[in-house]
Amino acid sequence: MNITNLSKIALNALLRNKFRAFLTMLGIIIGVASVIAMLAIGEGSKKSIQDQISSMGSNLVLIMPENQSSGGVQQGNSSSKALDMKDVKAIAQNSPSIVYVSPEVRGSGQVIANGNNWPTTFYGADVNYLDIKKVEIKSGRMFTEQEVLSAAKVCLIGQTVAENLFGTNIDPVGQTIRFKNIPVKVIGLLVEKGENTFGMDQDDLMIAPYTTVQKRILAITHVQGIVCSAISEEATAQAVTEITSAMRQSHKITDGEEDDFQIRTQAELVSTFSSISNILTTLLGAIAAISLLVGGIGIMNIMYVSVTERTREIGLRMSIGGRGLDILMQFLIESTFLSVIGGIIGILVGITASAVIGNITRWPIAVMPIAVVMSFLVCTIIGIFFGWYPARKAASLNPIDALRFE
Amino acid sequence: MKRNIISVNALKKDFHVGEVTVHALRSVDLNISEGEFVAIMGASGSGKSTMLNILGCLDKPTEGTYLLDDVDINSLNKNELARLRNLKLGFVFQSYNLLPRTSALENVELPLFYNNSVKPRERRERATSALEAVGLADRMHHMPNQLSGGQQQRVAIARSLVNDPVVILADEATGNLDTRTTYEIMALFQELNEKGKTIVFVTHEPEIAGFTSRNVHFRDGNILKQEIITNRGSAKEMLMAMPVEIEN
Ligand SMILES: Nc1ncnc2c1ncn2[C@@H]1O[C@H](COP(=O)(O)OP(=O)(O)OP(=O)(O)O)[C@@H](O)[C@H]1O
Ligand SMILES: [Mg+2]
Repeated sequence: MNITNLSKIALNALLRNKFRAFLTMLGIIIGVASVIAMLAIGEGSKKSIQDQISSMGSNLVLIMPENQSSGGVQQGNSSSKALDMKDVKAIAQNSPSIVYVSPEVRGSGQVIANGNNWPTTFYGADVNYLDIKKVEIKSGRMFTEQEVLSAAKVCLIGQTVAENLFGTNIDPVGQTIRFKNIPVKVIGLLVEKGENTFGMDQDDLMIAPYTTVQKRILAITHVQGIVCSAISEEATAQAVTEITSAMRQSHKITDGEEDDFQIRTQAELVSTFSSISNILTTLLGAIAAISLLVGGIGIMNIMYVSVTERTREIGLRMSIGGRGLDILMQFLIESTFLSVIGGIIGILVGITASAVIGNITRWPIAVMPIAVVMSFLVCTIIGIFFGWYPARKAASLNPIDALRFE
Repeated sequence: MKRNIISVNALKKDFHVGEVTVHALRSVDLNISEGEFVAIMGASGSGKSTMLNILGCLDKPTEGTYLLDDVDINSLNKNELARLRNLKLGFVFQSYNLLPRTSALENVELPLFYNNSVKPRERRERATSALEAVGLADRMHHMPNQLSGGQQQRVAIARSLVNDPVVILADEATGNLDTRTTYEIMALFQELNEKGKTIVFVTHEPEIAGFTSRNVHFRDGNILKQEIITNRGSAKEMLMAMPVEIEN
């Protein structure tokens, strides 16, 4: 018996029962596609969160005064020492793992211009603030050190503020706006960043020299936070150590005492959210594994039933001269054909579904090669095995027993 | 004396069903020579089908020897038996055993698929002429469920003929058919036999056995008696003598 004849026989047998062939393939298609799509969603959400966190700044290290509420009780500013420019200088001088450091002050209020008004947050910072926060300038310029020293009334504004005051597609550079009745000149427009993971509009802000915000708007001398950029992601831990000791010295904290400030890093955020999305991926992976199992059992069933159902056909084929090996090969070709075609369709469906989901959720959907390979192998191997195993049993029968089979 | 096609000696077949052993064939000796048309007769359960299945190499005897066309069946392995069935035997079943959703032509072609020396063109030609020989030239592309019982049995007969076997074995091939169709099928068998085919035919009905050249009577797994039919009836004449029905 040659392979051409066998293939022809197998193909004819498949065409004779298209619906059964389709059902068998469907099990494989669903099994493969669901595994690919689920893992792609999990991986995509993880990537999306990582991307967003890293867009918040470059290797950020944030220093804040000790949490004002502890155990639910507001403690007020008196119990925690505020941060000031002395701390900023201490960090700048004693932390070699830091590239940039900037104070941060902020106040919120209405900004008025052009007959419009808009509630926003006014940030005060140093000249390197944009590098730390990974923000770029769309038009205009950053303020200078000179302007910081002189507490110049200049600012950069985000896209949301610009649109609400001046309308879309209008360059606000050169205009004067009023924040709490202080006229401030717009010297730059920031590039749009969109919403962050937590739904916050990152373009709804104004940035000015910290001296301006401190003196002219808030009338304070302390700063509300210090933002730093470590030289690399790996250097973040080292930077935290250096900053801690610089801060303790600056605040004259003795060995036994607790810190009166706290430090948060971007790396911490990344790892917190990564572990959350790892749980998600595991969960989706488990669902995918279950659907693979169910798909696999479906394949087993339909293969097993169809071979058993076809025992009489097997008997007939043997009675007219088919050898056991011929029968076995026929079923093997049939099930291989179904499984491989089903597997390939499953991969295509899975990738398409992933892409569609990615389009809807705007996540950077990542199809995992391992998911493609694993699900394809598992499904096709199950399919082929359960096509082969009962056929082997049937082919080893006496022709007459196979013919009489019920 | 013509050459022996089938030579069976002290053939025994036991079936084991749980504790019980059924002696389906006790000790059978039988010779069938080229060109014979033999009817195997006997009551239900007397071992006719068991005998035919062994003759068709679909089942193996428990004891005894069986020479088919001078080949000792006991010396062959499974694959050699399959080859033998493919080249030398044609089997016709009571229940036709056609592949569903497969045209008459493709059903008839089936045995040739398992014969490597037959090329696709020859396969088609031989299947076509086998169907012509059984009078189904106009039904080649019909599916089994589009054919009457008699037509389905003709397809099965064409399938048994297509490999030009040395012997055709039929187990109650007319068992599911009405009288008229039975005569048609028997006329076909007689025609094949006249062309020289050796046929072994299992039946209960003495009238049908009357169309053959020799009757072998079984009882309880043994051959009770054999008789040569001298005044052989003609199924074709019987068919013509039948009151004319409305033809389809
Ligand atoms: N596969 C089997 N397993 C067990 N016993 C069997 C088997 N096949 C046949 N027999 C027994 O062997 C005996 C002979 O059966 P066989 O089928 O040869 O009878 P038969 O003469 O063809 O009868 P019928 O005219 O009813 O077809 C019966 O008693 C039957 O029960
Ligand atoms: Mg019988």
